[in-house]
Formats: sequence, C-alpha cells, structure tokens
Amino acid sequence: MDILTLFVVIPVLTITAIIFLKDTRQVRLISAIGMGIQLLLAAVLIFLYLSARHSGNTDEMLFVKDYLWFKSLNIHYAVGVDGISVAMIGLTSLVVFAGVFASWEVDILRKEFFISLILLASGVFGFFISIDLFTMFLFYELAVIPMYLLIGIWGSGPKEYSAMKLTLMLMGGSALILVGLLGIYFNSSPDGSQYTFNMLEISKVLIPLPAQRVFFPLTFVGFGVLGALYPFHTWSPDGHASAPTAVSMLHAGVLMKLGGYGAFRVAIFLMPEAAHELSWIFIILTSISVVYGAFGAIAQKDLKYINAYSSVSHCGLVLFAVLMMNKTAMNGAIIQMISHGLMTALFFALIGMLYGRTHTRMINQMGGLMKVIPFLSVAYVIAGLASLGLPGLSGFVAEMTIFVGAFQHPELFYRIVTIVAVSSIVITAVYILRVVAILLLGPTTNEHYEHFTDAKWFERVSVITLIGSVAAIGLAPLWLLTMIGNSMQPIVERVIALNPF
Amino acid sequence: MSLETFLLMRHELLLIAAALLVLMAEIFWNQDKRRYISLFSIVIFGVITIAGFLPSPAGQLFGGMYVTNGTRLLMKNILNIGALIVFLQSVTWLNKDENSEKISEYFILLVSTLIGMNFMISAGHFLMFYIGIELATIPIAALAAFERYKNNSAEAGIKLILSSALSSGILLYGLSMIYGTTGTFYFQGIAELFKNTNLQILGFIFFFAGMAFKISIVPFHLWTADVYEGSPINITSYLSVVSKGAAIFILIIILFTVFPVIMATWQKTIYVTSILTMTIGNLFAIRQQNLKRFLAFSSISQAGYILLGFIGGNQLGMASVIYYILVYIFSNLGAFGVVIAISNATGKENMDDYNGLYHTNPKLSLALTLALFSLAGIPPVAGFFGKFFLFTAAAQQGFYFLVLIAVLNTIISLYYYLLVVKAMFINKGDTPILKFSSDFPTRFALGLCMAGIVATGFASIIFEVIKDWSYGV
Repeated sequence: MDILTLFVVIPVLTITAIIFLKDTRQVRLISAIGMGIQLLLAAVLIFLYLSARHSGNTDEMLFVKDYLWFKSLNIHYAVGVDGISVAMIGLTSLVVFAGVFASWEVDILRKEFFISLILLASGVFGFFISIDLFTMFLFYELAVIPMYLLIGIWGSGPKEYSAMKLTLMLMGGSALILVGLLGIYFNSSPDGSQYTFNMLEISKVLIPLPAQRVFFPLTFVGFGVLGALYPFHTWSPDGHASAPTAVSMLHAGVLMKLGGYGAFRVAIFLMPEAAHELSWIFIILTSISVVYGAFGAIAQKDLKYINAYSSVSHCGLVLFAVLMMNKTAMNGAIIQMISHGLMTALFFALIGMLYGRTHTRMINQMGGLMKVIPFLSVAYVIAGLASLGLPGLSGFVAEMTIFVGAFQHPELFYRIVTIVAVSSIVITAVYILRVVAILLLGPTTNEHYEHFTDAKWFERVSVITLIGSVAAIGLAPLWLLTMIGNSMQPIVERVIALNPF
Repeated sequence: MSLETFLLMRHELLLIAAALLVLMAEIFWNQDKRRYISLFSIVIFGVITIAGFLPSPAGQLFGGMYVTNGTRLLMKNILNIGALIVFLQSVTWLNKDENSEKISEYFILLVSTLIGMNFMISAGHFLMFYIGIELATIPIAALAAFERYKNNSAEAGIKLILSSALSSGILLYGLSMIYGTTGTFYFQGIAELFKNTNLQILGFIFFFAGMAFKISIVPFHLWTADVYEGSPINITSYLSVVSKGAAIFILIIILFTVFPVIMATWQKTIYVTSILTMTIGNLFAIRQQNLKRFLAFSSISQAGYILLGFIGGNQLGMASVIYYILVYIFSNLGAFGVVIAISNATGKENMDDYNGLYHTNPKLSLALTLALFSLAGIPPVAGFFGKFFLFTAAAQQGFYFLVLIAVLNTIISLYYYLLVVKAMFINKGDTPILKFSSDFPTRFALGLCMAGIVATGFASIIFEVIKDWSYGV
C-alpha cells in the first residue's frame, strides 16, 4: 500500500470502525484517533517529501502510483504529490483534527455526524493526491454531498435553505468542471494517440487554442464557484453561517481551497494560453470578490456572516494571485491558501466556542468577554491580527508575497487592479478591529457572563494546534516557501513561457 | 433447421418453458401447494437468469428474422436481472389476500412480456420486431389493471392499452412506408436500399414516434405519470425499468444498423427530444408529492440522459447506453424497492409520510438515499460512472453544448432527489412510519440492488465487457 492511498484508506477504516461501534461515547475517541493518525501520516509525508527532494529527486510528482482502471477510456487511478499538494494535505489534516475536537459536544446522531465529517475529509484528501482528472473529479464531487447532510441536520438558522443552496450551487460548479474536463480529455492528444486524463501528460501537450478558449472559462468558473469567485460566491455566507462549527471550519478552511487549487492546477496549468488571454475578465471578478467581500463583512452583525464574507475576500485573493501568473504571486497564492485555511478554521472554532457560552452570534449582544474568558478572547485577537496581516503571523507573509508578486506584472491594468485589491487590507482591519473592540474589550454587558467557564481541554487542543501553525508559518516561512517554490517551478515555467519579463 | 439452430433461441425457449410450468402448477396443484407458486416461479426464473449467462454461439434463424449475437444476449441478460429483482419485490404484495388468487397470472403475464421483449431484441426483420413489441405491451396493460377494483388501476390499464394501440399503429404505418420504398423488411436489406427520400424520412419519423412512446420521451410521455400512478407499484417498477430498457435496446440497435444513412436526421431529432425530455421530466418532478409519480417523472428525465448515448453513433455511445441501463435497473429498482416495502407495510405513498423515516427505519432510509444518489449521478455510486460515460460518448462527437445542458439538468434533478433525502433525514414527522421489518425476498432484492449500485461503478470489468460487445454506426 503506497503512502498516498493511505490518506484515503485511513478515513474509510475510521468510518467503518464508527459504523460498528455500539457505544456512542466512543465515537469521538475513534474519530480523534483516526484523524490523529492522519495528522501523523501527513507529518511523515512532509518529512519524506523534504528528504526525497533533499537527496536530489527532481521529478515533478513524487510517490507516484498508477493503476489502470477503465482500459477503454484510459482512466487511471493515479496518485502523486508535489510540494503544493503536500502542503495542502498538511493543512487538511490539521483542520480536520482540530475540527474533530471542536465538535466534541455534538449530541444528536453523533455517529452519523462523524461519519459524514470524515467522509467529507476523505473526499478532500483524495482530491489532493490525485493526478488523474477523472479520479480527481470523483473525489471532488464526493466532498459535496456530505455537506448537505451536515448542514441540513446539524446546522442552525435557515439550515435547510442554506444546505440546499450550497449543494446546488456547488454541484453547478461541478457541472461546469465536468464539461471542461471532457473538453480537455478529447483534446489531449492532437497527434492521434490515445486520449488521457493524466494531468502531467496533458500539461506536455498543447491543447488547440479555440478549444482552450471554450474550456478554460468553463473549468475556471467551475472551480471558482467553490473558490468564491464573484458572482458565484452567494452560497458562502448562508452556507457558512448555518453550518455547525466543525463543518464551517472544514468548509471555509479546506473546501474553498479545493476551488483555488483546482483553478490553478487544472485550468491554468493545462490551458495557460487561454489563461493569459482571458485573465483580465477573471481578474476583474476576483478583485471584486476581494473588495466586495471585505465591504460585505463590515456590514454584518452576525459573527459567522462576518467570517463568511471575510473568507470570500481572502479566497478571492487566492484566485486573484494565481491569475497574475508569475512565480511570486503564485507562491503567495499557495501560502494564502494555507494561511487562510488555518486562520479561518481557528475563527470558526472560536465562534463556535463563544456561541456555546453566550448562545448568540450577534455582536451587539455581547461585550467585555476578555475579562471573563481570557484564553478564548486572546485567541480571538490573535486570529484577528493574523487575518488583517500583522507581521509575525501567516497572513502577512501570504498577503505581502501576493501583492509584491502581483505588482510585478508588467501591464498597467494589472497593477491598477493590484492597488485596488491592496485596499482590502485596510477594510479587513476595519471589521476585525471593530469586532474585537465590541466583543472583547470594555465592560461586560451581561451579568450571566460572570459564570462562564474558559476553554475546556478539547477546545484548547483545537485552538493551540491552529495558532501554533499560524505562528510557525508567520515567523519561519522559509521551510514552507522552499517546499512550495520548488514545486511551483515547473508550473511557472509552463505558464511564463508566454509572458516573459 | 436443426436442433442446434433451434436452440439458439435459448432465452425465449426457457422463458416459454417457465411460463408453461407455472401454468401447469396453477392448474394441477391443489390448494395447500398453491402457496408455493411464488417461490416456485422465482426459483425457475432465477435458474433462467443464471443460465442466460452461459456462453452461446451467434447465429440466425428463420432466414435472418431472428438474430442472436453477443450484444443481444447481453441485453437480454440485463433485462432478466431486472425482471428477477421485480419478481422478488412482488412476493410480499402477491401474498396479500386480495391478490392470492392471481399469483400465477401475474407471473405468466410478466414472463409473456419478457418473451416479447426477447424476440424484439433479437429481431432481424421488422415483423419479428413488431410481434415482439406487441407481445411486450399487451400483457402489461392487463397487469396495469391488476387491482381492478381500484379506479386508478383500471384507468391506468385503459390509458396504457389505448395509447399503446395508437402508437403501435403509427409505428406500423411508418414501417409500411419504409417497406413501400425499399421492398424489404429485413434490417440488412433496408440498410442497403435506404436512399434518404422524403417518404422514408416520414416513415422513420413515425417509427421513432412509436418507439418514443415506449421510452416515454417528451412529447410522447403524457401517459407515463397517470399509468405509473395508477398501476400497482410492482408493475410501475417493471414498466419504468424493464419495458423502457428493452425499447431503448432495440431502438439503438435499429438506429445503428438500419438507419445509418439518415444519421444526420436522427441526430437532430434526438438532440431536440433529449433536451426536451430531460428538462420537462426534471421540472415536472419537482412538484410531485406522490412517490410513484415522482419516480415516473424522474424516469422520464433519465430517458433523456440515455438519449445522449445515442447521439454520437459511436461504440462508446452504445456501451454507455447498455451500461447505464444496467446501473439504472439497480438504482431505480432500489428506490422502488424501498417505496414498495413501505407501501406494503403501511400503504403510504406520499413524500410527507416519509418525514423522519431515518429515525425509525435507518437501513431503509440509507438504501433509498443510495439509490437516489445513484439516479442523480453522485459519486461514488454507479450512477456517477454511468452518467459520466454517457456524457463522454456525447462529447466525443463534439456535442458539448448538449452535455452542458445535461449536467445542468443533473443539478435540477439533484434538487428533487434531495427533497426526499431531506424528508427522511431532516424533517420532523408528526406521524412517522413506525419501524417494520420486511420479509426475506424484499430484503434480498434490496440487497442485490445495493450491491449492484456500489459494485457496478468500481468494477471496471463490467464496463469493459459491455464495451467489447458494443458497436457503432
């Protein structure tokens, strides 16, 4: 069994173990153990990857395993990772692990909750390890359906509406991706040999330009729906707000990154010529996402909605950066994916913990929490500072890399758009600091607050894991940057060949 | 004609033998042995299904009117599987008091339709085809009116027989025009002599209209909802899966072997009808509350997706159609299996009655969810693979816009399938259906369907075998 398939096998084994458990109290323990093993495996993978690269292995993808699945259509079960995938797998395992602990107190249908959560996680892991487009798409769609159940059964507020809207819109994105994939597949061998779904082989082929002009928008918008591309982001505020804590963490933290990752790995990597031609359209849309998302967050009064719009803004920044198509910006996009993933998971976890105590998410009903629950409040401040890009935390590293890289683009239009996008930093500061002020500082507004207990042990595990990672990336980004940068090199070469400066 | 060639009709002969055996049992067994007629029939049919998979040589009979080769045998075997599952699911309903006198009639009539379908699929001559299609249709009308003391059932029977008769007549009229212009009814002969004259195209249109009735393609679908709703639920499941499947099989064979000359014409026809079928089927399904009507409209839209496999005229197209029918048999009969179980236990068929089903009957809810996801095309179940291959077949010939419309329709269909999932898992029921357990045949049939749904996708061997036996225009 190769190490990569283990990432899908371990969740499946965990789910099987949960199904056969009689005692629901052990469900959480089994889930924690399972996802803990997964986290360890991710750490092992990072270590193995770095040592393989260190010893001089310069293949594009490592740990590759390829099994022929459908002979007549040349569909393979093909897995492989490079630095970017490894980083994303690390992110996912961290967020899932933290998510299991954040859901410790789920009461209703506990078994089913953890089964759906881990099924979702397995879809995400499968997506990151696949290099065959069919397998990648299979895992991508697998990740959508548990969302419906998770939000519809365990959510709050207008959960049925949000769940249905989210599921249908994300499936809409998948629909566009499917058409795009078929277009790529049937154009993958201009010399008449067998068609292929393998990403690496397709990247060596020039897909005819007229086909690219049709399929690039389809694929990019398809992945963009999940990556919060304006105007397809509307599922996000309601979806995140109605979802239970762990689901929001996983969704904003990881699933939205599927969109960003797919956009650059499939759309831009395989069809760079069309990407160059059409990037101006999508740059406009993504910069609207960035700025509009931030403005939208200012207007919100519900904590989860603020965070949801903030996610729209930050994920829009990821797509913005990959469209700039130069090395620095694309590196920045990956760091932003990881940084924002951790940050937003932290945010949603904290909001869940606050809600569990105050039973409200409206900011004007809370106040002065710093005095009564200092651990959680400090964690919230740290998360907020990371989000607005304070140096020392990962948000700064990501945003700085992105904006420096974006401004390097030689054309004036792109530089102007970069300046517009940079303004989002200020707007982000507005809504973050405002919330911190109202929520945490000042006198306590409600005497019930005096009785609050600070973070329990499982909440501390969750929070400390995430803050630790955010700080690690912020203080010592070199290890991450090196891992990503080397893997980004072949992609950038393919993309830059058309736009040298 | 020697014994060997006569035995080429192995499937049909076995089915005729089965029907006669059940008839003998009905006549000669006395009252206490009568209880075993269901079991007896199912065992015989199970043996026939398994025997059907034994390899058989290709050949022709009756001067080329009857043709058998690997492709047609594959199609017949798939239909046998569907019919076996329908039989298993019917046992509980047949054991009820009002039906206990008519058990053998049920089996004999269903087997007769299956004989008709087998002859239809093995046709090499339009008269054999017509005999088959008539034999496949008329007993079902009697079966649709099985519960003759319920108004709905009698109405369903009448609607089915009258509309079948009309569409058969139109089909025959079209065939007669083609005969008039070519002078032959043999498939091969017509294919060679076809000249694309106006009269021939008119004949083709009438022929297609007659077949479109059987497959419930818009705008020939109006009988579907009422007949499906009025018939006893087992007949509904048989109609939606086996009857439709047989018609689709023979249509693709005829389009690819007899009418390749006018491929441009039938491609345009299928393009328009498939868009109409998918869209109208999906839009009308959204509003349905009665689960039988719901599944009726859902099966109309499924036929629309299957037409995407036709449009390319390629080998992948036929392979994906045959594969999808197999997957569709498992998925649709899985969904019907749950609805049948609930209907037998409680008589309830409305979506509102399913509120909160998960809390009382979790396994049934899960089975229905899996079946609905397969119908919607969600991984990792087989329906995803089936739909993907259909779309690939259409995309191979460049019909990307059609594929886009099809995938957008998949989203609409996901909405109404999720409505059922929502009812079972999320909604709170005031009077939820209480926990009940079904008897062995129902559970076995459901288990078979679930195994089929899960395994058919991942086991690539099934698709590869089907593709080997398919051919293009």
